[in-house]
Amino acid sequence: MKVLLLLPLLIPLLTAIISLLVWDRRLQRIFGVIGMAGLLGSAVGLLRTVCKEGIQAVQVGGWPAPFGITLVADVFAAIMVVMAGLMGLAVMVYSLTSMDKRRESFGYYPLTHIMLMGVCGSFLTGDIFNLYVWFEVMLIASFVLTELGSEKAQLEGAIKYVTLNLVSSALFLTAVGVLYGMVGTLNMADLANQLAKVKPSGLVTTASMLFFLAFGIKAAVFPLFFWLPASYHTPPVSVSAIFAALLTKVGVYALIRVFSLLFTGQTAATHGLILAVAGLTMATGVLGAVAQNDFRRLLSFHIVSQIGYMIMGLGLFTPLGLAGSIFHIVHNMLAKTNLFLISGVVHRVKGTYQLSSLGGLSRSSPGLAILFLVSAFSLAGMPPLSGFWSKLILVQAGLQAREYTIVAVALVVSLLTLYSMTKIWNEVFWKTDPAEGEQEPAKTDSFGEAESSLALLAPIVVIGCLIVSIGLAAQPVFALFEKAAHQLMNPAEYIRAVLGELP
Amino acid sequence: MLIAVVSGFVFSLAVPLLHRTVRNVTDWLVVLLPFSLFIYFSFLTQPIAAGGVLSSSHAWAPSVGVNLSFVLDGLSLLFAILISGIGALVFLYSSGYFKGHSGLGRFYAYLLIFMASMLGLVLSDNVIALFIFWELTSLSSYLLIGFDHERSSARSAARQALLVTSVGGLALLAGLLLLGEAGGSFELSQLLREREAIRSHRFYVPIVVLIMVAAFTKSAQFPFHFWLPNAMEAPAPVSTYLHSATMVKAGIYLLARLSPVLGGARIWQGTIVVVGAITMLIGACLAIKETDIKRILAYSTVSILGVLTFLLGLGTRAAVEAAVAYLFIHALYKAGLFLVAGIIDHETGIRDVTRLSGLARIMPVTALAAAVAGLSMAGLPPLFGFIGKELLYTATLQAPLANSILTAAVLLTSALLVAVAGIVSLGPFIGRTMTLSEKHGGVPLTMTAGPVVLAGLGLLIGLLPNLVAGRIVSSAVGAVLAQPAAIKLALLHGLTVQLGLSGLTFALGVTAYLRRDALRRAVSRFDLGTALGPAKGYSLTLDGMTALARLQTRILQSGHLHIYLFIILAVTVGLVGSWLVRYYGLMRLEGWADIRFYEFLTALVIVAATIVIVRASSRLFSVVALGVVGYSMGIIYIIFGAPDLAMTQFSIDTLTVILLLLVLYRLPRYARYSTTLERLRDAAIALAVGVLVTGLTLAATAVPPISQISSYFAENSYLLAKGRNVVNVILVDFRAFDTLGEITVLAVAAIGVYSLMKLRGNGSDG
Repeated sequence: MKVLLLLPLLIPLLTAIISLLVWDRRLQRIFGVIGMAGLLGSAVGLLRTVCKEGIQAVQVGGWPAPFGITLVADVFAAIMVVMAGLMGLAVMVYSLTSMDKRRESFGYYPLTHIMLMGVCGSFLTGDIFNLYVWFEVMLIASFVLTELGSEKAQLEGAIKYVTLNLVSSALFLTAVGVLYGMVGTLNMADLANQLAKVKPSGLVTTASMLFFLAFGIKAAVFPLFFWLPASYHTPPVSVSAIFAALLTKVGVYALIRVFSLLFTGQTAATHGLILAVAGLTMATGVLGAVAQNDFRRLLSFHIVSQIGYMIMGLGLFTPLGLAGSIFHIVHNMLAKTNLFLISGVVHRVKGTYQLSSLGGLSRSSPGLAILFLVSAFSLAGMPPLSGFWSKLILVQAGLQAREYTIVAVALVVSLLTLYSMTKIWNEVFWKTDPAEGEQEPAKTDSFGEAESSLALLAPIVVIGCLIVSIGLAAQPVFALFEKAAHQLMNPAEYIRAVLGELP
Repeated sequence: MLIAVVSGFVFSLAVPLLHRTVRNVTDWLVVLLPFSLFIYFSFLTQPIAAGGVLSSSHAWAPSVGVNLSFVLDGLSLLFAILISGIGALVFLYSSGYFKGHSGLGRFYAYLLIFMASMLGLVLSDNVIALFIFWELTSLSSYLLIGFDHERSSARSAARQALLVTSVGGLALLAGLLLLGEAGGSFELSQLLREREAIRSHRFYVPIVVLIMVAAFTKSAQFPFHFWLPNAMEAPAPVSTYLHSATMVKAGIYLLARLSPVLGGARIWQGTIVVVGAITMLIGACLAIKETDIKRILAYSTVSILGVLTFLLGLGTRAAVEAAVAYLFIHALYKAGLFLVAGIIDHETGIRDVTRLSGLARIMPVTALAAAVAGLSMAGLPPLFGFIGKELLYTATLQAPLANSILTAAVLLTSALLVAVAGIVSLGPFIGRTMTLSEKHGGVPLTMTAGPVVLAGLGLLIGLLPNLVAGRIVSSAVGAVLAQPAAIKLALLHGLTVQLGLSGLTFALGVTAYLRRDALRRAVSRFDLGTALGPAKGYSLTLDGMTALARLQTRILQSGHLHIYLFIILAVTVGLVGSWLVRYYGLMRLEGWADIRFYEFLTALVIVAATIVIVRASSRLFSVVALGVVGYSMGIIYIIFGAPDLAMTQFSIDTLTVILLLLVLYRLPRYARYSTTLERLRDAAIALAVGVLVTGLTLAATAVPPISQISSYFAENSYLLAKGRNVVNVILVDFRAFDTLGEITVLAVAAIGVYSLMKLRGNGSDG
């Protein structure tokens, strides 16, 4: 079943190529949904295979590792690919209604597929330079998606986005160069073997700091997160949603990968730093959100805050902690994407993202209100939703590791998250609409159409149901994440899958 | 028992739909559920009183130690009976209170979620499950307080209640997790066995503090009491059910439940007694001050919660007996009075006690129920409240220390509460008959049923206390003390000190009632709460946090790209540089002699060209200088024996320079935006990054190479890949996958350029 490893890259690529060749808006929509569904299907197949048969690896082009490029899927990577496919499909269906014709005809769909290819490539590659390439693919596709439409705010956001991310790329490339200079190999499994032999190990740690910074910018951790709140609220909401779902998580994924596989020689220093950054990221992000009065800006800062939780488990570097991190990544992809999608529906109905000019939605759209409530309270870690479990596991892991400060920060930040979620709820849903009685904004025209609102709401409903069901069926989900964490903590299996039975 | 808990959740999902389709049936169905639960739990009193304990366990997330394990003992049973019994009456009442209200289906759903969560809370043996239900009660309380969400006061009260109780919730989570660490299990029944280990564990004090914060926030103890009166924004059925009879007692439940595990130590006992005593006094005083009938009742609830807390803190047998009895009594009469207040509000639209009078003529049944409940609150025989007061005085008189002070405090509180009982249950009904604006058609039976039943029970139990003494109270006391208890309750014990104290209480209370207006003014004058109290603290905290958030965001997210870049680069230099220096010290560069003259010259050209790039006043100069840098790099490649690479570099640079010249030619001249100081700062950071990367490269290449994949490429390029140019073979064969990605990048860039040129923003936004 080696082909399963390639499918998550080939399907988006082929879909993008076909979409570009036909260059017809309507056909692109159809191919878009088919392609994303295919991606999700292949990803699920991959996850099943990995769970059943262990870590899978493919040597691309038949060149043996460590000389060629290897694709590897362990449980963690497979989970991430499944999530990418799921989010891609959800946002694709949502876009069918929400995306405007002009952007559609300028390549929105193929760009999204290419971005997904970059994301999946980052998850599956076993080669550190190849990871860089996928980062570039992702960056250029997301950059074009950010500026697509060329509105003033978009361009301003896009410039900041691309400049800061290029700094990340430069740091990443420098880091790869330094590693190659030290041990002369690029295959991550091989690197893991060789780096352990480098003397002095301090140099490896120094290089690891470069990786930490490069991926930290991508993941938007403190104090490197500026690009995110500067750009995420500018493009159309489905673009914000897919970015929120995937981009920072790729950074987090890369952090977890290299700091569990490559840089484990001086965990007291490296992972201690990660833990401190986790706490600061949580706190500064949530405070940033508290200061906002715009639906999407508020959500953007929450992305930052939640990244802190994701790397908290990595900082603890225990099996429970990593399982908690993975749980939090998955949970957050669902909850945050859904909140963005809901903000888009609200915008469609009311024509604004400003909290002060919104209101009355719990009366006019009770279904949407419930979906928001589920996602928002899940984000704040309210039981028994998905976010509660990841918070519980991370806090438990923190207490077991005797890291009381980070536990306290995590708990207080979840309270502040609750605060800002109830702020949205009170303003957007409970408050009476300040525009009530006045003329309705012109935006309400198309929302009444049954099929268009179905395409908008179906993804939100499905994700909402997933949030609830992960909460209720926490055990099987957690067992899967535990397995993933176990593989991360014991890289021998990964190395063996890539290099074979080498000494 | 799982069914008992889950049924409410499942039903809550169906109720909004049912309510829309079969409205009248739904009203009865929602009463039927709690009522059948009430019957179920009532039948269990016998086996539980006989010393039995019912338990059931279902795995939920065993990997993290979370199970739906339920244990029904005396304490849980007392709560379960109150929750289901009062629940049935409240649901019945709501159908009348909200007759014709469009949101009733939603209301039922929230209330059912609450009921199920509350049952789950008191039945859970697993502490994490207990926490989950605890949070769910906070959540449903939030939704219920804000039920009338178009008023901004309801919205902010709902949020205040949620935030304050969530502070406790987080403390509870941390406390319970620590407790689990200390005791090695998340099951209460296991923890009970480990109590010695827990009490001597280093986590003991943090656990106690965290649990107390949780209990005090939930049960509105000083200094967290302020949310409860504000929660009176909720509709009357909610105030009755959540904020008097059940949810606010969850904190009491927690203290009672954990006192066999944690109790006995001085920190536990002392803190709880002191906080409880302060709360009961403050609550009673503030109740006198208010004129809004619901807020009066809310403060008197705060006061009674203080009494319960302080009794549990004392922890003696007499105190626990009094606490259990009082909890029961209070639930009966206070729920009744809240329902009465709801009726008054519903029928007259007025909640100000100074404006209400003579309602007995208009609503005689309600007035009678109010009077009986009020008598129980005042502690007069032959009502249940009287028995409670006797037990209370017994407990304070037998207190291990400071019994005279405690007795005096209780006397003062009780006397004030007698006056409060008069204000709410007598005042509105006597005197001149009010004229109601609209024609009054009588209070519906669904609404009077609750107060009548509750007041009647207070009377019945007062007359025949042993109806509940053996079956319910004894087993609850036994559960709190963790040893069997057989309790006999009686109305009269003959002439005792307690009876004298009760008489004194009543006399003082009546005096206070008669002089209530003067008293209200007096309390208001000495009230510092509004200026300095915890409610002020709450709003200051929120304001302060928001201000801090704004400040932080202004500093961090300034909106200036050059500041972002500066910070990122500075962090890079600081972080990587400090590590490099830590392991290498400040490097001394050696081997200067090995540098040949032309190498040195090339490097010098690169540096000079770079300075030109930055300093040039026109773009053309910069581009040409850039080309010089590129060509010099190519020369270095040649010097070090990589002609393939050099050729590539030369062609790329030629192309770049030509293209850039073509494009940039049309752009306007450079403008200077930054000050000299900023330019110096930027130069410094650029230099620092350069030095850092140089140092890093030197350090990295100094490591003796271990594995060399490049030699494999060199050897096998021709043999296996049939190509002589190694660089080409790497690009198109060994690592062709990278090239695939890079080609994709170029294609996307082309789309981007195309869209930038062709697609102009028109303000449309998805």
